Amino acid sequence: MQIDGALIAYLEDLSRLSLSDAEKTRLAGDLTAIVGYMAKLDELDTAGVPERSHPFDHTNAFRADVVGDSFDRALILRNAPDAGDEAFRVPKTVE
Amino acid sequence: MSWETVIGLEVHTELATKSKIFCACTTAFGGSPNTHVCPVCSGMPGTLPRLNRQVVEFAIRTGLALDCDITRYGKFDRKNYVYPDLPKAYQVSQLYAPICQNGHLDIDAGGVPKTIAIREIHMEEDAGKLIHDPLTGSTLVDYNRCGVPLLEIVSQPDFRSAAEVLAYLEKLRETLLFLEVSDCKMQEGSLRADVNLSVRRTGETALGTRTEMKNLNSFRAIGRAIAYEAARQIDVLEEGGVITQETRRWDDDKGVSYSMRSKENAQDYRYFPEPDLLPLRVDDDWVERERAALPELAHQKRARYIADYGLSEKDAATLTGHKRVSDLFEALADKTAAPREAANLVTGELMRLLNRTGTLPEDLSADSGTLARLITLVLDGKINRNAYKEAVEAVFTEDADPDEYISAHGLLMLSDDGAVAEAVAAVVADNPKSVADYRAGKQQALGFLMGQAMRRLGGKGNPAAVSQALKERLN
Repeated sequence: MQIDGALIAYLEDLSRLSLSDAEKTRLAGDLTAIVGYMAKLDELDTAGVPERSHPFDHTNAFRADVVGDSFDRALILRNAPDAGDEAFRVPKTVE
Repeated sequence: MSWETVIGLEVHTELATKSKIFCACTTAFGGSPNTHVCPVCSGMPGTLPRLNRQVVEFAIRTGLALDCDITRYGKFDRKNYVYPDLPKAYQVSQLYAPICQNGHLDIDAGGVPKTIAIREIHMEEDAGKLIHDPLTGSTLVDYNRCGVPLLEIVSQPDFRSAAEVLAYLEKLRETLLFLEVSDCKMQEGSLRADVNLSVRRTGETALGTRTEMKNLNSFRAIGRAIAYEAARQIDVLEEGGVITQETRRWDDDKGVSYSMRSKENAQDYRYFPEPDLLPLRVDDDWVERERAALPELAHQKRARYIADYGLSEKDAATLTGHKRVSDLFEALADKTAAPREAANLVTGELMRLLNRTGTLPEDLSADSGTLARLITLVLDGKINRNAYKEAVEAVFTEDADPDEYISAHGLLMLSDDGAVAEAVAAVVADNPKSVADYRAGKQQALGFLMGQAMRRLGGKGNPAAVSQALKERLN
């Protein structure tokens, strides 16, 4: 599968990213390689193999409805590129 | 040429679990921003979600109450979209195998019965809240709500009017409340409805292009938004225009909806199975356990109140208007063995007090033991009706102790102590003419003497006791 400029522009839009021309060219190459690598799976004969959503046979991994401690806010906010005292900060999104 | 409006609803309800769907953070409403947040619900790389079993149980119960088929082998899917209310840039939801499918809800819209088909109910996580920061012009994000469990209840496009939509929402809300799977507080966002609406010329069978309206925070807003959007679409079509499939945001203050352009291109969600969660297996035993745990629902209670207690449809409806109200009524009926009196108290005095104090039924906290005590006192003739009303109000507004209040305010009726006998003796002695009239057969003279005796007792005489003492003295 060829990742072309139009598809890159579409993905850029969906991901809300703004890429330079050099980045777009590099990404097109990378994505073509990744999709090509996955396309290798198409060579397998899967006729007769039932469709499944998960590689493991296990089901129902639950936790009980019990409240535990949340994280320290200052520690959580430290992971973000930008934050105020109480909240994460992102570029203007709300109109 | 007339038009027909076609509406489908997507109702989101926050489930009343204690903890979030995939982590142990609390679901409590209204904490300081980002204090109910951990690496899982803030989407930190390397964390893994773990499904809250209670979410699945609530979903199954809701599905059973709405006559759905329960999906036996289910899973979760990722709905990808990049918006800062979702820190992972995807929402864990269910597209391919929702937990409940093919249900229905019977409604009554202004006396016209109708069945609304429910396409599916799926489990998903709620998103965070975005707050505009006027100081910096940026957007602040609070992830406290992120990961609170939601059910999305999706109807078929079976509605033809706002009245049908509102009747459905009322019935659905009532069902969720009585199942105790959600508190359904619209003002806190725990019940939200998105309206999918299109119009077509009467008689046409193909659906028109629909729009989706969001941000509908009250039943009133939903009714207004439907009227506005139907009129807008008809105007566009009558002027030869075309309807654009889009998401529109309702502004209840201005009474208009407008296109949410910012999300226009984000409709390609690229769903795929969520690899971080194992599939879900629901066996017959589990379904039957949940079926056995189903409580009596509001419409079932209404039928029972009418059949067993002889209540009117109107009173039965008032008593089942909220789970808190019917719980209180049933506790009172049980404790006093006087269901009619209990119903009168709740539908009369208590409803009046709720209205007067602006208290929502969900905040009703009156103690059934205390109120039951007052019902017993009035039925036993220990207090009169006026004192009863006064004491109910004191219990409701000040949480007063009924016996202390009655004694402190001298409300106890006099029945068996010397005061009644003394008053009767005095009245008989002071009114020889009326006594003679009564003995000569004039019944109304007894009424006069009775009134005099009650006056002497300051209105606190037990009428039955006074009447009996009077008759004993005269005969």
